Amino acid sequence: MAVPLVAVGPGELDLKALTEAVASSGSGDGAVTAFSGLVRDHNQGRRVEFLVYEAYEALAVRTLQRIVDEAHTAWPDTRVAVHHRIGRLEIGEASIIIVAVSAHRANAFAACRYTIERVKQIVPIWKHEHFAGGDVWLEGAVADPEDEAARQTAYKIACA
Amino acid sequence: MRVTIRLFARLRDLAGSGELVRDVPGPATVQSVWRVLVSEMPALSDYERAMSVAVNADYARMSAPVSDGDEVAFLPPVSGG
Repeated sequence: MAVPLVAVGPGELDLKALTEAVASSGSGDGAVTAFSGLVRDHNQGRRVEFLVYEAYEALAVRTLQRIVDEAHTAWPDTRVAVHHRIGRLEIGEASIIIVAVSAHRANAFAACRYTIERVKQIVPIWKHEHFAGGDVWLEGAVADPEDEAARQTAYKIACA
Repeated sequence: MRVTIRLFARLRDLAGSGELVRDVPGPATVQSVWRVLVSEMPALSDYERAMSVAVNADYARMSAPVSDGDEVAFLPPVSGG
């Protein structure tokens, strides 16, 4: 079965399969970059035991597709794929994988960084952190895909 | 008219359920659906200053119209990645 370029689900993430899915189509490609986000054993002074990720799946998939499209608009010679895992994740497991393929390395790095910054801004997914002695919902950005200032912030970080 | 309300993360915990079906007076907006919800669960009201909303799994504004059968979602600040 073909690996989709954007996905949200409970299965273990497969960087090799995602790389093959996005890299397969062009002989003009000169660079592949990958990012994996891992569950860390500490956060804000707390000893993290595990995370449970929750998503509004239909909107999360739609929003990931939007981000991939934004990246392609910003760097037209670049293609991006991204999978986000949900459910219970143990320390060291990957919660997100991103692969960017481009004719040139600068655009591949930039598109990869842009994608993770935008995920943190606008994708409806939440971490429920279980730490030694309690649990807490983490809350970051108020998601607004139409917020052009936020998009510009992600773009500037990507191109820094 | 009848709408399905979806709640996530801490909003879901506060409400005790991630999916509620409610009758709301028409013509409705996301704002009027939110008011029905908050009148029932005042503990949710603090989130109005820091949440996103969606209608039928598309981001929307509080002023967006809501029709019979729609799914209206209220989303706390996100923390994916």
